[in-house]
Amino acid sequence: MPTLYLPCDSLARAVGADEVATALITQAHERPLPLELQRTSSRGLYWLEPLLEVDTPQGRFGFGPLTAADVPSVLEALGDPSAHPLALGLVEDLPYLKTQQRLLFARAGITRPLSLDDYRAHGGFEGLNRSVTLGGEETATEVFDSGLRGRGGAAFPAGIKWRTVRLTEAAQKYIVCNADEGDSGTFADRMLMEGDPFLLIEGMAIAGLCVGATYGYIYVRSEYPDAVATLREALEIARSNGYLGANVGGSGLAFDMEVRVGAGAYICGEETALLDSLEGKRGIVRAKPPIPALKGLFGQPTLVHNVLTLASVPLILAKGAQFYRDYGMGRSLGTMPFQLAGNVRHGGLVERAFGLTLRELVDDYGGGTASGRPLKAAQVGGPLGAWVPPSQFDTPLDYEAFAAMGAMLGHGGVVVADDSLDMAQMARFAMEFCAEESCGKCTPCRIGSTRGVEVIDRLLAAPDASGRDEQVIILKDLCDTMQYGSLCALGGMVSFPVASALKHFPADFGLQPSEAEQ
Amino acid sequence: MITLFDPKTDIDLGTPARDSDVHVTLNIDGRSISVPEGTSVMRAAALLGTTIPKLCATDSLEAFGSCRMCLVEIDGMRGYPASCTTPVSEGMTVHTQTPKLATLRRNVMELYISDHPLDCLTCSANGNCELQTVAGQVGLREVRYGYEGDNHLADVKDTSNPYFDYDPSKCIVCNRCVRACEETQGTFALTITGRGFESRVAAAGGDDFLDSECVSCGACVQACPTATLMEKSVVELGQPERSVITTCAYCGVGCSFRAEMKGEQLVRMVPDKNGQANHGHSCVKGRFAWGYATHPDRITKPMIRQHINDPWQEVSWDEAVTYAASEFRRLQQKYGRDSIGGITSSRCTNEETYLVQKLVRAAFGNNNVDTCARVCHSPTGYGLKQTLGESAGTQSFDSVMQADVILVMGANPSDAHPVFASQLKRRLREGARLIVIDPRRIDLVDSVHARAEYHLALRPGTNVAMLNALAHVIVTEGLLNQAFIDARCEGSDFANWREFVSRPENSPEVLGAICGVPAADIRAAARLYATGGNAAIYYGLGVTEHSQGSTAVMGIANLAMATGNIGREGVGVNPLRGQNNVQGSCDMGSFPHELPGYRHVSNEVVRTQFEQAWNVTLQSEPGLRIPNMFEAALGGSFKGLYCQGEDIAQSDPNTQHVTAALSAMECVVVQDIFLNETARFAHVFLPGSSFLEKDGTFTNAERRISRVRKVMEPLGGKADWEGTVALANALGYPMNYKHPSEIMDEIARLTPTFTNVSYAELERHGSLQWPCNAAAPDGTPTMHIEEFVRGKGRFMLTGYVPTEEKVNSRYPLLLTTGRILSQYNVGAQTRRTENVAWHEEDRLEIHPTDAESRGINEGDWVGIGSRAGQTVLRARITERVAPGVVYTTFHFPESGANVITTDNSDWATNCPEYKVTAVEVSRVYHPSEWQKRYQAFSDEQDRLLKDRRQARGDKAEVRR
Repeated sequence: MPTLYLPCDSLARAVGADEVATALITQAHERPLPLELQRTSSRGLYWLEPLLEVDTPQGRFGFGPLTAADVPSVLEALGDPSAHPLALGLVEDLPYLKTQQRLLFARAGITRPLSLDDYRAHGGFEGLNRSVTLGGEETATEVFDSGLRGRGGAAFPAGIKWRTVRLTEAAQKYIVCNADEGDSGTFADRMLMEGDPFLLIEGMAIAGLCVGATYGYIYVRSEYPDAVATLREALEIARSNGYLGANVGGSGLAFDMEVRVGAGAYICGEETALLDSLEGKRGIVRAKPPIPALKGLFGQPTLVHNVLTLASVPLILAKGAQFYRDYGMGRSLGTMPFQLAGNVRHGGLVERAFGLTLRELVDDYGGGTASGRPLKAAQVGGPLGAWVPPSQFDTPLDYEAFAAMGAMLGHGGVVVADDSLDMAQMARFAMEFCAEESCGKCTPCRIGSTRGVEVIDRLLAAPDASGRDEQVIILKDLCDTMQYGSLCALGGMVSFPVASALKHFPADFGLQPSEAEQ
Repeated sequence: MITLFDPKTDIDLGTPARDSDVHVTLNIDGRSISVPEGTSVMRAAALLGTTIPKLCATDSLEAFGSCRMCLVEIDGMRGYPASCTTPVSEGMTVHTQTPKLATLRRNVMELYISDHPLDCLTCSANGNCELQTVAGQVGLREVRYGYEGDNHLADVKDTSNPYFDYDPSKCIVCNRCVRACEETQGTFALTITGRGFESRVAAAGGDDFLDSECVSCGACVQACPTATLMEKSVVELGQPERSVITTCAYCGVGCSFRAEMKGEQLVRMVPDKNGQANHGHSCVKGRFAWGYATHPDRITKPMIRQHINDPWQEVSWDEAVTYAASEFRRLQQKYGRDSIGGITSSRCTNEETYLVQKLVRAAFGNNNVDTCARVCHSPTGYGLKQTLGESAGTQSFDSVMQADVILVMGANPSDAHPVFASQLKRRLREGARLIVIDPRRIDLVDSVHARAEYHLALRPGTNVAMLNALAHVIVTEGLLNQAFIDARCEGSDFANWREFVSRPENSPEVLGAICGVPAADIRAAARLYATGGNAAIYYGLGVTEHSQGSTAVMGIANLAMATGNIGREGVGVNPLRGQNNVQGSCDMGSFPHELPGYRHVSNEVVRTQFEQAWNVTLQSEPGLRIPNMFEAALGGSFKGLYCQGEDIAQSDPNTQHVTAALSAMECVVVQDIFLNETARFAHVFLPGSSFLEKDGTFTNAERRISRVRKVMEPLGGKADWEGTVALANALGYPMNYKHPSEIMDEIARLTPTFTNVSYAELERHGSLQWPCNAAAPDGTPTMHIEEFVRGKGRFMLTGYVPTEEKVNSRYPLLLTTGRILSQYNVGAQTRRTENVAWHEEDRLEIHPTDAESRGINEGDWVGIGSRAGQTVLRARITERVAPGVVYTTFHFPESGANVITTDNSDWATNCPEYKVTAVEVSRVYHPSEWQKRYQAFSDEQDRLLKDRRQARGDKAEVRR
């Protein structure tokens, strides 16, 4: 009886995976053709979804992208799959996947999200087990030595946070997972939560035992209902199997957690606003210090990490710090799941060690623009990331290299644009986005973002060069005020997309290059 | 710790002080300073005299970090940290003025002003606007964004609150108001609605401020740096030109205020941040409800009349006091020396109270002096004296910040002592645990961020049973602090008490049934009190105003001694005093049996001292208490009364009995600012002076003596103490004080607990807590530290004796009474202010079950009948009261709350049993007979006042 694999990931479902599944089951039953269909996570090769895989002696063989109408022909072709027009060959030999370094997403597309057996069969809980053996101090040392940095965007060394929370005396400590993945073009957190929820649970449990926290929260954005449902089910399973509760993984220590759902505010992805929101308040950014590691949720020491950071921990514990830090370059160690989106032919998840270039990512993996028109720029790191022109595409994807050119890697989202995109409108949009999502606490962001939209409108409407010059000066001053004056990264980084658009694409603003440079 | 009073500390240092033994040295703009660890860079700079521009920071609130004006550069730190949220660290080097900072600050200010009206010259904050000041500091010269962009300039003003306006067009969203509502007041009524540019301040729970959950404490108005939240009085009158520090004349918290003046006109009252009782906070009454002081109802000329049915005759002060004196002497001649007496006021100053009792004892020659403390906290005086040795609370208000468990019994601080309630709630938010013992679900039981772990909703009248049950648990479960008891208390009394409370009949299982509270809850509360760390008891008139009021006070003291919760910060026994100077009036010898300092008149040594100082012979027998005066009046032996600043006809129980007694007197002299209910029965009216019109001192619930300072001339020509002096002189007993400070000097000479008190010392310290003498020259914040005032603490037996006021089929409900936030006591003041916007009538609270069985709906007129009388009020149906209990306030005379209350009183002190009256309630359609009679009499008295004959040059016509 052949075994077939089809993702239950929400993106795959959005493009018809459920219809394909229904057709497969119905038609196999009618024929009759006994088969087993497993709903797995997604490989993250999104341009191929729905991507159906079938076991062959050589490995899993793929078809895609499928529609329900392709099902009869696929069923026919199971004996000789390569004959099918949508045959992709062995999935793991696809260059897009083969060249990746899947550490964090090692199980992507292979296991069923809520199968504890699948998870354990693929290395699940090895990290937790080793951590229990090592004890808290050595676990923290492993995390520190691995060089892991926060994957939410700030890239703060995780080990320092762990040590701080661990060494802070308190009756109650918390682990908070930031799963408010709001950046444009990003989906790695969602993929992981929907596809490999036990990995996140394991990472949080290791963190809880290590720092002495007994409770954790996963704060998931409301736009991710599938992730919420999957996580909640996974928590039940983990709890009933002793991976959560009074005696986590036989450690004798307690840790439990729950899922909380956000309410649609981008700012609640900022860690302190997230904490306020978790406390039941308006999501408003807190001034730091005190840092959450010392005074976080309900004023208690709290380890706040992005999904990917926490999910990286089981592997680090299982394989050791050295294994992890052998990947990457400079101070950017390990792998990063980059997310290719926007106007790109092959959108999807690309996990690679830091250090490949943006060009490799966009051209080699992405295959250029989806429209086929010339590439104009890529915005890296979400709506507050800089627009990077092709001239800078050879920059290695490394935190420091990007910072040096006034850009950032952020959460690893890359949105590709072709030459039809008006960068002045993108600069305006950045300000508009900031105005829409500003929490309203600090003045530069609260008023500045609204003024930013107005200034760009005046700049674009200016009848002559002197009028434009005047507005450019104001806009640059405003960007500077927001960058250095804002309380958090929302107001602080909106200048990146604005200033980069202005710098690299002055013509879109009706400016001569010299005007933009002043 | 005693902090010396320094008026110069009115500078806003930006962030609150931090207390730490560790000091950190840093360098700011080349100057070095050492400050406690945890201090902000902003505060450190301000202490150096360095001004860093700021808008969202103010030192009454925790740093917020939103305005971004206070950015600085710090060597070794990236970017431009906000100095308000950045704590100092050792060796830190800070630059507060650099070209980059100047640009950033100016550009941020430019953003502010791009959404702010440019009407500075006509703005109510002109001259006192932080935005204006900071715009000047940063040198803003132009707004390059123009004024055509998105803005809030057309936002509509909310003028619903009677005392302040909210003008959103001027709001800079600094959140100071919201934070003040949370941190300072603890009500959490304000919030920011909207996000980003649309962020606006809003009051929750209503369409506008008046309709919202806002309690109008004004903390937001005080915190506002612009004209967004502004007192209507300032809008109307303009900015004040001078200010005088004085003390509030409402409740026993005794808040210190800056009376901000324009000439003789009061512009606004701003709580003084150096005030040691209130630390810059206030409530709606103290801050806003002062309009009564210049209300047209003020009577500013002395008046006399022969009979109470005669019209009043305005006369000069001389004529008035001469007439009063001649009447008093006539009565004494005819009916005997003891046929007259006086009542001192807990609203007046210590000096005035002292003078009235001195006048009675020295000039009347008897001890017929009493005070309104008789009807509120006399059991406190008695009970604490018996057990601890001193008739006063043991702590400072600040002590609550060290408490781990707070037991509130028979008190409703958020309505009656709001500023203390704010402090208490702050402590609860920090994690202290709360037990409430009260028949009613007061706000503290279940409010925002403050919740009682146990609410023991006992039946009115069962306090002593409850206290015994709590004691039983502590003793029988081994929760006693035996070491404290052995060291500090009388052994045999303790043994007796232990045996007594251990008896099975005192167990929660037995007494809980009487109280109507589950035994398990009583046990749990007792365990928490005994074992939860520092435990402090705060109690009010719900404890004292009972037939066993004194017993209950002793029961409370027993609990504190048994658990060692006395003699240090964070613990203690704390009576919440109802009036501004109840403590003081008791201290000043207002009771018939006690000379100043709680010394019995029978004590020959003490009496001799006073006799020598006053140059008279004093009586050694206690005189008449207020209820005795009434009895004697009705019996024909008591004929004349000098009543200063007290409205016994409204405030004392069984009104009809009181008015009958007053009607039976031949000379009632009332000294008051209004023609109050008692004055309707008076023959001589002496115009009183408000607290704004005199110098003196008040003593609050924490024994804190604070200065009252004259900010305007007395409208009636004399301060109250001057009126008493005039009356004494007219009686032939010379008094020659030129200033109240001389009276205080005399008090200090004659009262051992006041030896070191003088106006000069008060000036130096800001305030002083007695005992203040050679042993404690800076005063005594916490009492009984080493030993009790009486030496060893004495456990007193507290057998529970049910009140005689019992429910039966005719009177099946229990009425209890209390106060509401916006009104004060008999309402003479607050009814004459805009506070009526919140409470324009007294209502009867009744549980839905009791209402339904009587066919009563919300707002219906209901008759309330007791064994003493009947009145009619409108019903409010609420689950705040338990089934079987009804509740009302007594702020409006026509409500007749005290027509219903009975003559029952405390066995030891005669404090009336206001808190328990058996009643029946039924739907009615017209006022009670009493109310009809009251209305007719009041109308007639109003006519007699209106038709008063103006003073002329010639002699008054009413001379006998």
